[in-house]
Amino acid sequence: MTPAARRWAFLIAGAGLVAFYVWGLTGLPGFGQYPGPYGFILNDVAVGQTKATAVVSAINFEYRGFDTVGEEFILFVAAAGVSTVLRHLRGERDRSTLDEALGRDALPTSDAVRMVALIFIGPTVVIAWYLALHAQTSPSGGFQGGVVLATAFILIYLSGQFLVFKRVSPVAITDAVEAVGAGGFACVGLSAVLLGLPYLTNDLSLGHTPGAIDSSGTIALISFFVGLEVAAAFVLIVGELLEQTLLIRQEDR
Amino acid sequence: MHIFPFLVVVWILAVGLYGVVTSRHLVHQIVCLIVVQSSTYVLLLAVGYVTGAVAPYFYDVPVHTPAVDPVVQALALTDVVVEGAVTALLLAFAIQAHKRFGTLDPQELADLKG
Repeated sequence: MTPAARRWAFLIAGAGLVAFYVWGLTGLPGFGQYPGPYGFILNDVAVGQTKATAVVSAINFEYRGFDTVGEEFILFVAAAGVSTVLRHLRGERDRSTLDEALGRDALPTSDAVRMVALIFIGPTVVIAWYLALHAQTSPSGGFQGGVVLATAFILIYLSGQFLVFKRVSPVAITDAVEAVGAGGFACVGLSAVLLGLPYLTNDLSLGHTPGAIDSSGTIALISFFVGLEVAAAFVLIVGELLEQTLLIRQEDR
Repeated sequence: MHIFPFLVVVWILAVGLYGVVTSRHLVHQIVCLIVVQSSTYVLLLAVGYVTGAVAPYFYDVPVHTPAVDPVVQALALTDVVVEGAVTALLLAFAIQAHKRFGTLDPQELADLKG
């Protein structure tokens, strides 16, 4: 099919899709008129039941915590998949990160880039752990904190050499952290089973003050493990992609 | 009835699909797929919105203050995680396709396979 023919086929089919989609959406309650009841019920009972003031986190790590186990393992499997797809193929070899032409080293990172990146690494790590440890309080949680924590490692890459990035995040350690994060979440759930309760029952002390750092029991603990897992998964994925562009070259080039 | 946010959803979806269909570069095509998926964020958040309500966080507001639906916000988080996973895998496949076939044009890749 030529590109022009494909475009025409899409415009006709797309017009039909848009028409039916708009028609379907007009049947929804209007914008701003969410009828409930589930969201309203959760908003009423979640703070009392879990001592978490962030109802979204309470849903993610408590009411539908079992789904979030699956969600976390989606990321775990994706990192494993990226490592597998980007493995060394036959006829590929590593090369130095420096330019191969003699007497023509790669350009050094500019001081301006390096300084800005170095300045931001510390605050990035602090914000990341703040987010990962306050899932029960404010709009945050392990997923958000983990991604921000991975950004700190990417800043290290930006501020220097790829080799430094690899030195501060060796694959063996990143793999282990990722496994601890994923396994920790699963084990928090299993600890309830050992006590004879349903999987992922919130069996820790809920604390007294809603939203305090020691409140909400397993919600805060699970968020911590998710933060570890997400950060490690993203560092692994970014490391694999960087390795492809910077290190691996085909033999016959 | 307010329908404008839902029209935005349809527009983002349609523009993204158009990009996927007409794209001449795999990485561009992956970005277009992200645009398609972005329409689901807008849809989820628009469905759960309540006029005049606060966010479902009761740290500094009393518990029974009217708040928007938290369930769709939790779903949007799942949506973002899945998007990250899918994008990482697709980019990895794009790298391997470029190594194997020396091109990232979907048209040429289709021609190669005959």
